[in-house]
Amino acid sequence: MDFTYDDEQKALREAVSGLLARAYGDSEQRRRVTAADPGFDEKTWARLAEMGLLGLPFPEESGGMGAGPVEVAIVAEEIGRVIAPEPFVEAVVLTGGLIQAEGTAAQREGLIGGLAEGSLIPAFAHAEPGTRWTPTASGVKATEDGGTWRLTGVKEPVLGGARADVLIVSAVAGGGTRLFVVRGDADGLTRTGYRTHDGGRAAKVEFANTPAEPLGDAGADQSVAIDRAQAEARIAYAHEAMGAMQTALTTTTEYLKTRKQFGVTLNKFQALTFRAADMYVSLELARSIALWGSLVIDAGGDVVTAAERVRLQISKASRHIGKDAIQLHGGIGVTAEYSVGHYTSRLTAIDHVLGDGAWALSRLAADVDSYPTVDPLGAPYA
Amino acid sequence: MRLQLSPEDEAFREEMRTFFTTQVPQSIRDTVANHRHLTKDQYVETQRILNAAGLAVPHWPVEWGGKDWTPLQRHIWREEMQLAAVPEPLAFNTSMIGPVLAQFGSQEQKEEFLPKTANLDIWWCQGFSEPDAGSDLASLRTTAVREGDEYIVNGQKTWTTLGQHADWIFCLVRTDPTAEKRQRGISMLLFPMDTPGVTIRPIELLDGTHEVNEVFFEDVRVPAENLVGEENSGWTIAKFLLGNERVGIARVGHTKRLLADAKEHARTIVSNGTPLSEDPGFTARIAEIENELLALELTALRVVANSSGGRPDPASSVLKLRGSELQQAATELLVDLAGPLSLASYADGGSDVPEWARAATPEYLNYRKVTIYGGSNEVQRTIIAGTILGL
Repeated sequence: MDFTYDDEQKALREAVSGLLARAYGDSEQRRRVTAADPGFDEKTWARLAEMGLLGLPFPEESGGMGAGPVEVAIVAEEIGRVIAPEPFVEAVVLTGGLIQAEGTAAQREGLIGGLAEGSLIPAFAHAEPGTRWTPTASGVKATEDGGTWRLTGVKEPVLGGARADVLIVSAVAGGGTRLFVVRGDADGLTRTGYRTHDGGRAAKVEFANTPAEPLGDAGADQSVAIDRAQAEARIAYAHEAMGAMQTALTTTTEYLKTRKQFGVTLNKFQALTFRAADMYVSLELARSIALWGSLVIDAGGDVVTAAERVRLQISKASRHIGKDAIQLHGGIGVTAEYSVGHYTSRLTAIDHVLGDGAWALSRLAADVDSYPTVDPLGAPYA
Repeated sequence: MRLQLSPEDEAFREEMRTFFTTQVPQSIRDTVANHRHLTKDQYVETQRILNAAGLAVPHWPVEWGGKDWTPLQRHIWREEMQLAAVPEPLAFNTSMIGPVLAQFGSQEQKEEFLPKTANLDIWWCQGFSEPDAGSDLASLRTTAVREGDEYIVNGQKTWTTLGQHADWIFCLVRTDPTAEKRQRGISMLLFPMDTPGVTIRPIELLDGTHEVNEVFFEDVRVPAENLVGEENSGWTIAKFLLGNERVGIARVGHTKRLLADAKEHARTIVSNGTPLSEDPGFTARIAEIENELLALELTALRVVANSSGGRPDPASSVLKLRGSELQQAATELLVDLAGPLSLASYADGGSDVPEWARAATPEYLNYRKVTIYGGSNEVQRTIIAGTILGL
């Protein structure tokens, strides 16, 4: 058992943190970038690619770096620390993870290769109005005619859906859920993009008899693979949230030390310092479980339930820290000019992308009677 | 980073698990598991079994019976003991005065007291808190005035846990009332509880039990050789002792066992036509506490992995704060599980109400103490805000 970074991991963190500090050291820069489409900075994305970060978790034969979940976590945390709007978890961990897990060798080489070098951004078109956080599709149907697959239906909201070069789309096929690759310029594809509350971009994506290529060899239901990829993304998002929570807390404690009311700085008021202490407790507990989640992936343990456990704790911590960071700032916390509210907005978005705490809790509760105690260092996790 | 225990640590865990579940009498472990209070003999019997196997004071210096274990091994030892419902070695002896004597005591004091302390031949109690000096320990008033080779002690202590069983007391006294800082005029003295002038009075608690006491001193004569360390250095010693007190205070293994019990009992209670073990509201509550406990256990493991040179990590305040809250949450869960059965709290053995349900509310009430002792949770928040966040 070891919960510390090795020297290479520390060096990776330094490098990513340095790059992102240059891009978003000033929170004004993030506001400018998120104000215009595509909602992130293509140059920063290219620099992430140059550093090898966009191919980080993929094997070398797919054009990746062959790194593990802890390295992914380190990058995600640094992204979260400055709430960089680049879609690292969405494109690399979630969509890239699905392509790596399910794609044919040729698809992996083409799509992962393009993703890793920064020339191709994929998005996962899975969410549908009327459903939440399931691994199955229901609103988009796939049909085959003379060897050609076509999709019909609507996906929304699709994160990064308007800018994406390629969409990985889940669809109902033969009673199961299958994944398809749809090129951005495919016939019968309509994408309507819009801004999300956290400065990101999402889209309504409509398929009208749109030609599509199965991801992987046509055949079995792929909902298990979707569940697994979402679980790994949940854990990566947890690290992004950790970075954001850490900054939200630091910003808040600095504010308490400098802002004066009634003639003294705010840290003279015990009611306020106790709330900050409770934020720290939430942060540390969340950090422990987020790290554990990455180690469960690494150990080949039960990633799906581990991700639910991570999700539950991170959701609670995100809400606690996000809301109290604003409250302790007072009115300035809800303004667009000041950064802390944007952190809360981003934390709220992360909480709802792939399942919130209540969702995770109800899944965990259904199983609670099937084992006596949880052993984080033993089966089924390690 | 690596999740799994090393093969050596895994074997160590197995060894501890086997020892605790086979070498400590089942009747004693059942007493703990059923939330009944232990007798003095049960404490003594258990500690002697552990001590004979070298498992009572593994954190002491090797010279005095300690093992050169890693912080992780100590953690595993404690957790497995709690999971197996083994009474832990008496904290006043093994976590408090023992390490203090090993660090600050004279050679004579070490030789005289340490073996007996490890084996519970001497039962120690703590004379720290006073009616006007709880969390604000530095304001204590009990005085010790030097007269020749003796100190004359006068004053009062309170919250003296299990003092009714104690043979000796380690006591903080004010030896210099004129010291510029309140902390500077304090010393630590050791003396037998049957010294003339010592009177002990039980304090009955909300759960009907007697586990704490008031202790009064009237012209108690203590030989000067029973001073620990230098005169007026008691504050340093007390800080060292209280730092040790916080180690292991998260009691994750203990709360884990309470939750496992709750799951088992939930199958036996029918509510709205189904067992509570199938009631989504109730299982969600268990799942939520269980997840918080997982996060706490992982945090404890991180602290264990980071602790160096025996100095407690400042994050140990997180363990105390959250650990005590989760102990309380688990005891509250058991009361709610028992529902109306919990009112049979003082029914005798002829009652049809199971023992766990009868014990539930007294234990819940008793456990209000855990957010108060060992530095109240408000004190821990002050430490986090000041030491960690710099507020």
